[in-house]
Amino acid sequence: MTRHLWKILALAVTLVAAPATAQDADAPIQRVLQEHGQIIADSSRLTIGPAIDALATSGLPAAQTVLEKWRAKEMWRDEASGLFVWAEEIDRDTIRAFDFADGAEIGTRPDDDYTQLKPNSGIRAMIGAALVRFQLSDPSPAIRARALNAIERDAEASHLVALREAAATEDNPRLADRIARLERLLTIRFAEDDAERIAAIDSFHGDLAVDVRAALNPLAATVIDVATVMPEGEAIVGRLRPGSDRLPEADAYAILVDKGLAKPRISRDAQRAALVSHIDGGAVAGIEVATLDTEAAREMAYAALAETGAVEPVATSAEITAALDGFTFYERYTAASPAVAIAAAAVLTSIENTVALNQAADLALDALSLASIYFLAAIGLAITFGVMGVINMAHGEFIMMGAYTGYVVQQIVPDYTLSILVALPLAFAITFAAGVAMERLVIRWLYHRPLETLLATFGISIALQQIAKNIFGTQARPLTSPDWLDGSLAINDIVSISYIRIAIFILALVFLALFLFVMNRTRLGLEVRAVTQNPRMAASMGINPDRINMLTFGFGSGIAGIAGVAIGLYAKVTSEMGADYIVQSFMTVVVGGVGSIWGTLLGATMVGTLQKGIEWLNPSNTLAAQTYMILFIILFIQFRPRGIVALRGRAAEA
Amino acid sequence: MPKTLLSSAAILAASVLPAMAQDCPIKVGVLHSLSGTMAISETTLKDTMEMLIEQQNADGGLLGCDLEAVVVDPASDWPLFAEKARELLTVHEVDVIFGNWTSVSRKSVLPVLEELNGLLFYPVQYEGEESSKNVFYTGAAPNQQAIPATDYFLEELGVEKFALLGTDYVYPRTTNNILESYLQQKGIDDSDIFVNYTPFGHSDWSKIVSDVVALGADGKKVGVISTINGDANVGFYKELAAAGISADDIPVVAFSVGEEELSGLDTSNLVGHLAAWNYFQSADTDANAEWVAAWKERMGEDRVTNDPMEAHYIGFNMWVNAVEQAGTTDVDAVREAMYGQEFPNLTGGTAVMLPNHHLSKPVLIGEIQEDGQFDIISQTEEVPGDAWTDYLPESAVLTSDWAALDCGMYNTETESCVQIKSNY
Amino acid sequence: MADLTAGSLRSRPLVLRYPATLVFLACLALFTLGVTILSEGFGIGVISTSFVKTLGKTLCLCLVALAMDLVWGYCGILSLGHMAFFGLGGYAIGMWLMYERTRLIVVDSLAAAPLPPTPQEISDGIASQIFGVVGASEFPPIWAFAHSLPLQLAAVVLAPGLLALVFGWLAFRSRVTGVYLSILTQAMTLALALYLFQNDSGLRGNNGLSGLQNLPGLERVGQATVSLWFFWGSALALGLGYVLATWVVSGKFGSVLRGIRDDEARVRFLGYPVEAFKLFIFTLSAVIAGIAGALYYPQAGIINPAELAPIASIYLAVWVAIGGRGRLYGAVIGAAFVSLLSTWFTGGQAPDLWIGSYRVQWVNWWTVLLGLSFVAVTLFAPKGIGGLIDLLAERRRPDRHGKDLGPGEGALREEEADR
Repeated sequence: MTRHLWKILALAVTLVAAPATAQDADAPIQRVLQEHGQIIADSSRLTIGPAIDALATSGLPAAQTVLEKWRAKEMWRDEASGLFVWAEEIDRDTIRAFDFADGAEIGTRPDDDYTQLKPNSGIRAMIGAALVRFQLSDPSPAIRARALNAIERDAEASHLVALREAAATEDNPRLADRIARLERLLTIRFAEDDAERIAAIDSFHGDLAVDVRAALNPLAATVIDVATVMPEGEAIVGRLRPGSDRLPEADAYAILVDKGLAKPRISRDAQRAALVSHIDGGAVAGIEVATLDTEAAREMAYAALAETGAVEPVATSAEITAALDGFTFYERYTAASPAVAIAAAAVLTSIENTVALNQAADLALDALSLASIYFLAAIGLAITFGVMGVINMAHGEFIMMGAYTGYVVQQIVPDYTLSILVALPLAFAITFAAGVAMERLVIRWLYHRPLETLLATFGISIALQQIAKNIFGTQARPLTSPDWLDGSLAINDIVSISYIRIAIFILALVFLALFLFVMNRTRLGLEVRAVTQNPRMAASMGINPDRINMLTFGFGSGIAGIAGVAIGLYAKVTSEMGADYIVQSFMTVVVGGVGSIWGTLLGATMVGTLQKGIEWLNPSNTLAAQTYMILFIILFIQFRPRGIVALRGRAAEA
Repeated sequence: MPKTLLSSAAILAASVLPAMAQDCPIKVGVLHSLSGTMAISETTLKDTMEMLIEQQNADGGLLGCDLEAVVVDPASDWPLFAEKARELLTVHEVDVIFGNWTSVSRKSVLPVLEELNGLLFYPVQYEGEESSKNVFYTGAAPNQQAIPATDYFLEELGVEKFALLGTDYVYPRTTNNILESYLQQKGIDDSDIFVNYTPFGHSDWSKIVSDVVALGADGKKVGVISTINGDANVGFYKELAAAGISADDIPVVAFSVGEEELSGLDTSNLVGHLAAWNYFQSADTDANAEWVAAWKERMGEDRVTNDPMEAHYIGFNMWVNAVEQAGTTDVDAVREAMYGQEFPNLTGGTAVMLPNHHLSKPVLIGEIQEDGQFDIISQTEEVPGDAWTDYLPESAVLTSDWAALDCGMYNTETESCVQIKSNY
Repeated sequence: MADLTAGSLRSRPLVLRYPATLVFLACLALFTLGVTILSEGFGIGVISTSFVKTLGKTLCLCLVALAMDLVWGYCGILSLGHMAFFGLGGYAIGMWLMYERTRLIVVDSLAAAPLPPTPQEISDGIASQIFGVVGASEFPPIWAFAHSLPLQLAAVVLAPGLLALVFGWLAFRSRVTGVYLSILTQAMTLALALYLFQNDSGLRGNNGLSGLQNLPGLERVGQATVSLWFFWGSALALGLGYVLATWVVSGKFGSVLRGIRDDEARVRFLGYPVEAFKLFIFTLSAVIAGIAGALYYPQAGIINPAELAPIASIYLAVWVAIGGRGRLYGAVIGAAFVSLLSTWFTGGQAPDLWIGSYRVQWVNWWTVLLGLSFVAVTLFAPKGIGGLIDLLAERRRPDRHGKDLGPGEGALREEEADR
């Protein structure tokens, strides 16, 4: 209680004492700020330029602090006096303010008296660019690197000089490399001398980086122009014929109209508006309004109007053809210097070829990654459905249970790496137990009634889904990957793949190996194969088919649980995530060929590649890819009902 | 003829009766999915409505009556929305309905509302192109969310190339259509607009994200406008973070990602990406502090508030005031009283109900922070909601004014009412 | 002796031969009459219009369940894609309803324009009204026949029929059977749903077709009456469908169907063209499903691709199984029972249940109950609710040898019947 009193007292004292430590309104830095006070408060990228320039060029020692604090959203403005300060937030309602001029603490204030300045990221980039001049010579490499980041994002002509100066003094080899590269890029954009620019352009021959293309493409930009005779000169790329792919006739004519070289065509709306505005006593140009209910009648009426001179005549198709024939269309570079444009275009062509190749590689990686995800989702099913022949519609829910296990573990174990290590075996254990329970309680009664198994397991599936909803809610739950799985492996600016996908790929390989090992090298595998082929015979050899079925089903379910953790890491954890994978998983197994793990692998590869392939053909519509993939699979099964890897002999009959 | 007489007499009687004696309790229908895919978002709104009604009852009710919430569950099933709306209006005889989230569900109940002359308050940002006599739209129209956000991209971030990513359904489709047209008018070339639609719950984002990165190859600043809905955002933002795309390189502004959606994500890699709404929980006003505290007290400390909740807050309070002003809950009288209703926003300023059944509200742009909240970096003046967008040629000529023109789809060119009822 | 019985059976009218059919038709007629008299449209108003619509829709669901029973209960094809046909029927009729209603509005509004409208303007007007919400303003080719009611009615039958014919021909020809076929049918309905979800499909994508409850030109009639019309239509369709199904599964044709279900290979060895039988019954049931859909969606008011999702078809199988497959009234009872119960539970009317201190809200737990009861039915009561009727009638298990199992007798797999 007394402590509270003291606090209040202390606060009151500081508040009362505030005017005593009032900041110096006439400090040079404050004067610069006040001069631009309004635009700083407006905080718009369009108008802020002069303020940043004034600060950056003021030569005041405090300017760098102002820019840095401002960028970090730590600059505040006193609402009464309009003075700027920087401040730390103590709690929701109070701030501790400091003077820019000398860094002296002004005191603790209620934040209602101050307005926080929140520069948006556009302004922050401009501040960053302005800070470059202070940072490039900073002793700390981290800050110099930040300056280079700022240049990469928002380069200015002035940076070129600064970079060249910095290049001479830089001793950190990695930064020196970056500076050298940036210097060449900025030379392309800002250098005065064409020869210098062309040399820089040529140095990027075959470089895949996006920023190189970003620098070159504007230089190599072209525009379509029109003339009566084909002009000569370096800037001309070539001639275009109206009606070709690059220049449809309508576009060509539109260019002519734009340049005032031909009469406009009339749109239907404009025609109607013209007719309406000339209705005169129920008729247009002597034609009754009531008869104007077809296009032809309206065109006639318009022509009649044009004859009376009431409206402009419009171009007929013969006139359009004549106009197009009368002119030459050509493409020319827009850059000021054609030589630079030609050099840029040449380097771009060299890059473009490599880009296409790398894009194909990237697509292949994506397809491989998707295939491994499908494989991971389907491998449990390859055991329960492929080996045992049990249709388990609740397979997807085992995946979901695994993912939720991961989520729950992360709630308890905050360390992400450790929690994943705990979650993987735990997910296996839980789904293994669930699988065993399900096999004991439901499936074993239905071994001879596959259709009933399908429906009963479906019942379990919807029940599990709803139970998950009741426990965890319908909101997606976070399952966060450890730091070392963040980010992606970038081979170059085009080919890259996230580490989490690589991890899933490796996990899929591990499972494949595990499956092969268990099935071919262990006693359990031997017994499983025996029971699958002939349960009665196996039983008479002393194998307990009930136990084997139970274990196999548990094993398949357990793997689904682990797959769930992996899928949850890369996508999302919801109660419906299993349903997203169930149809695809069955397809993968059926397409691959039931009973063969290699078939499942091939099936997953085919489904993944196909989907990515179709997506590539139709990039704006991902849904179409899924639709056509399923259609393809339906057709594929018609012609190869047993899948890619068809088992022969008795196993195929089972 | 006798039949018309009879029915007009009935209408007369119906409109006079409630004015004379208000039958208690006043029933408020709540039509939000409590199960199925939309339950995730809509359950929150049901809780909001229950809280608002309890608060109102604690303050003495309305017209001397208690308010009673009639909650039904349309189970994210669009046809069921129509069925439940009919049930609310004919069986429970509610005086007003607060409900719906998706546009499809709204289109599903529209015919029922218009047939039975019901009253619906719709709280979610939507694609516009509609103004029903029986619906008040308290969420944002495109010009209150999408257009200001695009302006922000163009002017403040200097974005020159746009990737419009959306989930394949009506809101993203129409919004992107409007934006495409708007961007073209702003001088952005067709080839600088990349549009992509993905299914609900899409999870494989690697290709799309790398496509977006590749857009930067011609030296123009790229920005993403996302109308991706619900769960799919989780995968999208994860892939974005994995690809190392920072908000400074390629900013993403989302129209369907709020505090609630972010609670399913680790936002440490998403700091700086943007969202545009009319409300953020972080808004620094006393009314908001009180509202957030009441919500947390009722629902638990870890719950967050979001934009559609504020829309219900404004809509409900406006309805209460309109009923008090009209002295009855009769739909036609309340509707007349609604026009010009004012109520303070939780973010400061005042919301006004316009005769086109939309609100005038400020537009906020927030940057995602590490704690899953938004830092408000831009707040406009109140923007009047526009039912028919000005940026599509066929809609530009349309206007809605239920007070003066008594028409929600009025063609200003032909000066005629296209239709009294709505497109479904 | 056996011949004599068969002969005398054959000479009597179909309905009389199977008393269960007669009882069913009588019940249906009584039910229809009762609902009509008590409805709002007729004047008494004990049953609200929304409940009449629910009942009408339930009758349509019964009809599609009947179709499902034909393929699954009698022919052993567990199709998990029958709701695709149901949906297609709905889309076919929905296109006309939407087109025509919009056309009337557009013509009305254009009549006020200073120039009389051209056909092109009318068509553009309709297109921009229908497709405006999905950001398009032109008619996709798929709408070419939407202006004509007879053509769209033909599409109600032809679209599902042709799809079933092509799909069935491909599948049966390559001898895809059992669970493989189930998964394939499921893939079919998923592909169709995904296709329709796309805007490019021309059917308004996720938005689907809406406002279907308003019959063009009949706005004045009022929903109370319209709902009754559709209720009658649905009852009539169900009655006719029941008789048709009875006719199909009785007699020699029915025996072959059941033979295929119990042992396809043996029937094939006997020289029957098994594939042709299967194709016929698959297509027929698809057509019935299409008709049921065409009656259902104008009552529901909106159709969208979510209706075709695989889960819907699985629920259909659930209804038939719970009702008791392999008997026609079983399918009807199952569909009506489960869907009405579902409405009741999800409607929030069911009282909460307290287990200890935990409150069971049925809105949340109903699906769990449904799922588990489904497992229970499969395990413990393969005959479903229909089995109760056997108990009541004290009917013993059918003796499979030499006896023709009719539509009302219940029909299990041979080993089950013998057990």
